[in-house]
Amino acid sequence: MRRDFLKGAVLGAVLLALPGLAHAAEWKPQRPVEMVIMAGQGGGADRLARAIQTMIQKNDLSNMPFLPVNKGGGSGAEALRYLKDKAGDPHVIMATLNSYYTTPLLTPIGVDIAEFVPVARLAVDDFVLWVNADSDIKTLDQYVAAVKKQGRGFKMGGTGTNQEDSLVTAMVERAFKVQHTYVPFQGGGEVAKALLGNHVQASVNNPSEAMQFYKAGKVRPLAVFSEKRLPELPDVPTMRELGHELVYTMQRSFVLPPGTPKEVQAYYVDLFRKVDQHPEWVKYAQNMSLTRDFLAGPELQEAFLRERQQHQDLLATMTASAAN
Amino acid sequence: MDILASLLDGFGTSLLPLNIAVMIAGVTVGMLIGALPGLGSVNGVAILLPLTFLVPPTSAMIFMAALYYGCMYGDAIASILLGIPGASSAVATTFDGRPMAMSGKAGVALTASAIASFTGGTVSIVLFTVLAPTLADAALAFGPAEEFALVLLAFTTFVALGGQDRFKTVIAICLGLVLSTVGLDMISGQPRLIFGDLPGFYHGISFLVLAIGIYGIGEMLNTIESTRNKVAMVQPRMTLGTVRETLREMRGSIGTLSQGSVLGFFVGTLPAAGATTASLMAYGVAKMTSRHPERFGKGEINGIVAPESANNAASTGSFLPMLTLGIPGSATTALLLGGMVLWGLQPGPMLFIEQPEFTWGLISSLYVSNVFAVIANLAFIPLFCYALRVPFTILAAVIFVLCVVGGYAPSSDMHDVWLMLGFGLAGFVLCRLDYPLAPMVLSMVLGPIMENALRQSLIAGQGTPSLFLERPIALTFILIAVLLFTLPAVKMALANRRPPAPALAEEKA
Repeated sequence: MRRDFLKGAVLGAVLLALPGLAHAAEWKPQRPVEMVIMAGQGGGADRLARAIQTMIQKNDLSNMPFLPVNKGGGSGAEALRYLKDKAGDPHVIMATLNSYYTTPLLTPIGVDIAEFVPVARLAVDDFVLWVNADSDIKTLDQYVAAVKKQGRGFKMGGTGTNQEDSLVTAMVERAFKVQHTYVPFQGGGEVAKALLGNHVQASVNNPSEAMQFYKAGKVRPLAVFSEKRLPELPDVPTMRELGHELVYTMQRSFVLPPGTPKEVQAYYVDLFRKVDQHPEWVKYAQNMSLTRDFLAGPELQEAFLRERQQHQDLLATMTASAAN
Repeated sequence: MDILASLLDGFGTSLLPLNIAVMIAGVTVGMLIGALPGLGSVNGVAILLPLTFLVPPTSAMIFMAALYYGCMYGDAIASILLGIPGASSAVATTFDGRPMAMSGKAGVALTASAIASFTGGTVSIVLFTVLAPTLADAALAFGPAEEFALVLLAFTTFVALGGQDRFKTVIAICLGLVLSTVGLDMISGQPRLIFGDLPGFYHGISFLVLAIGIYGIGEMLNTIESTRNKVAMVQPRMTLGTVRETLREMRGSIGTLSQGSVLGFFVGTLPAAGATTASLMAYGVAKMTSRHPERFGKGEINGIVAPESANNAASTGSFLPMLTLGIPGSATTALLLGGMVLWGLQPGPMLFIEQPEFTWGLISSLYVSNVFAVIANLAFIPLFCYALRVPFTILAAVIFVLCVVGGYAPSSDMHDVWLMLGFGLAGFVLCRLDYPLAPMVLSMVLGPIMENALRQSLIAGQGTPSLFLERPIALTFILIAVLLFTLPAVKMALANRRPPAPALAEEKA
């Protein structure tokens, strides 16, 4: 009797524990996943996040749909704060860009990105210096001359103050000893529109933001801020080729709220590994001239913290030169 | 000729049985979503976008466009029957729609709104078909300076003609503007007015929270208080006779209809302006050109016709920058744009050239779904009217539930529900003290657009307002705005000089 009871108890305990174990090993979303985008509609980050959402959905990579939500306010501060407040919620994921480093450094919103749980970096995006195709400026030298001639009056359009576009602009200003009037817009799409309408004279849009207008012959690329020439713009020189050490790229990654359990993180890492290998993503990256560069796990967190330090230094030199 | 041929090809696509089926489904679902206070086209499109993978891209886009259309029709229903605007573009519809419904003419108001929406939509699609390629470039000329000037003009057309106590109107506007600055500043990224560190304020105060609070909760308290024990019962009837009656009442509205439709289309094509600005301007212009401006706000049929024709025209117009440039003109078209990327289409200036079947199929489908939308809308009106026969004691509870759901749904944040209840109480008090609430709601919608455009213009002008003086379109708009704003003062001065007039002038002020 007693042995039977014990047997039954052990069996019962095992049976009870099994689904729990299975659950721990294979976490799956129980409801639609909210995909927070740290930028406004129409920009590079937005397009990428929405494209990935489609791929996940179309190819059934996840059992639940991903719903993109833009929270681009205050250079992404809105999204960062939202993610922090969603600590432990396994159904929220955030698409980030480089403002992931800069915004918490500059905005008092109580966010430390070291607390967030990294998922994966999918790609690195590039920056290109663009002018309107109607403009007389055809080379970088002509550009620098034009900016110098107009004094502070030359208008550069970009995303929010202290976001990537303004950092690249500051780097250009430092390298060529010129000054622009920097006009901030909500997202890269708005910037592209302002350049087309001649409301600003130049932009540093990502290739994906301006490629359609380039193909339609409406904007002209002058130089690329990458290590190598872009396959989609083979005739456009890099800044380095032109003799200027100006290299800046943008990471495209996904992160989870603080306190996300390991098994949840594992699920998303696995999901994005599938995305990375998917032919549709490979094609998308090619079309948008993104460099695929998959990174996950502790290496990604290290890369995040390292790049945050680099941005901190960059911001420090910027404020120092602004003070002079 | 070329356009006509492309359009006929487009009809070949849009009249396929599958596409007709998705159109009917789209307008019906859209109308129901639009009719719920708090849920508008943005929510509808966002929720249903994932469903569209089941059909080919063109059908998916046709479905989404039909849904968008249906929502625009449906928004008016909540505005008229409950006095709660389902979306910011339907705020102006409440001004005269609600009084009409209260006086038992809900059927007429709803029919007028359906007919106006249909006309606005149709005129706009015709203009779209003819002008799309030309206007795409013109819309680009609209920069921050023009945006600011246009929104300012929309504001003044409405306020200068408001007719209520001017001092109280100004206070209401200022309150709205202050509320609109809550949250993260777009340009500097600094949080503003977040009351210490309340996370709920980071995303700012949504227009819907304020509108549902004031028009839903506040208005409900007001009705309860003013009716006491005798419950106000509206007895709307809706038969074929109502349609005839409406058409008879609308005989004088042809001018307003065409004004609203054309104005709506052009404002809608401008990337940032959108349907709200268009509907307000149309209301203002209708009142200005009316022979009986004093009837506005008390249940004037043209007060429904103007904003409804304009907001539908504008929603069609907002497809233009999306299809020709790949730039969304409104939050909803931004989602549709996301949908296009998702279906493997590349939005941008090449779309018309590379995917003519898609673009013309979509454009021609707008003609057809507009017809379906008006039929569905008219058919549903008796059903909606029936809801008004429910005793107010029961209706109040239903409205309350709808308000709470509508406040919670968009952000899934209880913070917004508390805020909405707070606004409801505040709205009730302000209403009792005779403060006009519409200017407050509108300044909250237009405030952020105006602020960003103003700051961008000032930055571009290196801290000087030179941009406004250099750009002819912006300057013209601003001058008209100033003129409209000072008009009442000028009128008063003139009236004081001529003794026989003052009685009338005072009455108006």
